[in-house]
Amino acid sequence: MAVNGTGVRGPLVVLDPTDESAPDARTAIARPASLDGLRVGLLDISKPRGDVFLDRLAELLAERGVTVRRYAKPTFTKPMPPDLRREITTECDVVIEALAD
Amino acid sequence: MDLREDGLVAVVKRDCPTCRLVEPVLAGLSRTGELTVFTQDDPAFPDGVADLRDDTELSASLALDIETVPTLVRFAGGVEAGRVVGWSRAQWTELTGVADLGEGLPEHRPGCGSRTLDPDVAEQLLVRTRGGALRSRRLEISALEDEAEALFDRGFTDGLPVVAPTPARVLRMLEGTSHAPDEVVAVVPPNLAEATVEKVAVNAVLAGCRPEYLPVVLAAVEAACTDEFNAHGLLATTWGAGPAIVVNGPVRAEIGMNWAGNALGQGNRANSTIGRALQLVIRNVGGGRPREVDRAALGHPGKVGFCFAEDEEGSPFEPLAQSRGVPAGRSAVTVFAAEGPRGVADQISRRPESLARSLALGLRGVVHPKLVRGFDATLVVCPEHARVFAEAGWDRARLQAALDEYLLLDRAEITRGAGGVDEGVPAGDSDRPLAKFRPGGLLIVHAGGGAGMFSAVIGGWAGGPGGSAPVTREVDPWR
Repeated sequence: MAVNGTGVRGPLVVLDPTDESAPDARTAIARPASLDGLRVGLLDISKPRGDVFLDRLAELLAERGVTVRRYAKPTFTKPMPPDLRREITTECDVVIEALAD
Repeated sequence: MDLREDGLVAVVKRDCPTCRLVEPVLAGLSRTGELTVFTQDDPAFPDGVADLRDDTELSASLALDIETVPTLVRFAGGVEAGRVVGWSRAQWTELTGVADLGEGLPEHRPGCGSRTLDPDVAEQLLVRTRGGALRSRRLEISALEDEAEALFDRGFTDGLPVVAPTPARVLRMLEGTSHAPDEVVAVVPPNLAEATVEKVAVNAVLAGCRPEYLPVVLAAVEAACTDEFNAHGLLATTWGAGPAIVVNGPVRAEIGMNWAGNALGQGNRANSTIGRALQLVIRNVGGGRPREVDRAALGHPGKVGFCFAEDEEGSPFEPLAQSRGVPAGRSAVTVFAAEGPRGVADQISRRPESLARSLALGLRGVVHPKLVRGFDATLVVCPEHARVFAEAGWDRARLQAALDEYLLLDRAEITRGAGGVDEGVPAGDSDRPLAKFRPGGLLIVHAGGGAGMFSAVIGGWAGGPGGSAPVTREVDPWR
């Protein structure tokens, strides 16, 4: 409860404990209706057996005539290196990421 | 404010009996034409003073750094040449050069506290004089809102109530460090937001810290936001560990930390709030919230905050911080990945080898009894167990070496499928025993009450460069 200089209770002022970043208003882009003509990337975050899942996915996509580019994070425990993120964004239209264990 | 270049300045308040006592003295001095009186409460007091100034806003009192009224100050050439606090005939006579002051008054009488020091006023003055240094966005909680509820609603808490971070409280918190509020302490994951000293102070207020804890919190934030500690990975993993802090050095006693009975438990303000402040910085500044980037499947209660001090005085071991390179006599924090602690009882062993084997059995269960080298751990040796090592002349290195030896696990016992359990290490082409922990993956700390042969194992998380390694930082640079 705050009392201002005139003795009348006013709003309590507190300091923002956050980083004050505006809420991220970005939304996911629309899911493509088809993969025809799109550049598809497969991202392995280096969790065990993620490669098993992605290998099978690559096979299934190849049957549909879609070729893929493969990427891997150095370790799943840390954020993606910025260079790898740039590489993927310049080389792919669509990315499929494997989480596994 | 218009202070005299030359002459006398008195600061008084009607509420003070000593000020009322010297009222006629001030009136007499006023007739010399060289006296200005600032009055803190009643602008009409004292009577008979020609140059009487209203200082109910206390600006002059602050500028003159008045702690007691009456205070009489002499200026010469715009510079303070002397001051007298309270009433003393001899001192007032010397300062004013006027003889026979205060006829009929006692020889001396102490003054009263200046209004600038009244608790309710002091808070407003603090914000008025120093609030401009604060950069954080100001949020208003309306008079119709409950303050505690409003802070929950805004998402600032860990699920427990927090202390409202008013500008006055944050300014008082900042008195705990000499560092500027806008200095960047660390870049906090997961959002990689810069945490300034001020933001850390705001969160320390939320957590319930006292200002003298702030250097410890700042050092912990610095340590936790290093690449080695990898707070991002520790937060994001589905494993349940969180950051814990062990404090070494003189600061432990200075701020009243607990390293004795119930050292890992509740009930000590410094232990409870320092760990909480670190977690609130990660939550609020870094944006690391449970069920968002914090993906823990289970977590544990110590994720609200986990901080304790090492018992150095009663320890047979070199303090943890010293074993990690901090010079003796200096204070430091070591942050490490921590699950909740689990007790290891051994009330029989009096031989160090036997006791070390017991503790090794307790450590073997970390992450899974059949898994090795992935996860780090911390062993908290209680005083009654430490006594066994002390009497045998075992130091930290000797115990560490024994544990390393006893934690070489027989591959046949831990291979997948062994013991009817499919989990375990993959079958290898060698039958050499496997070390439970990576080199440097086991911390040893001494803490606890004097009774009870119960040490504790604190499991960690994936250790080393691919996960999180313990990090030690000195506290003193943050004072």
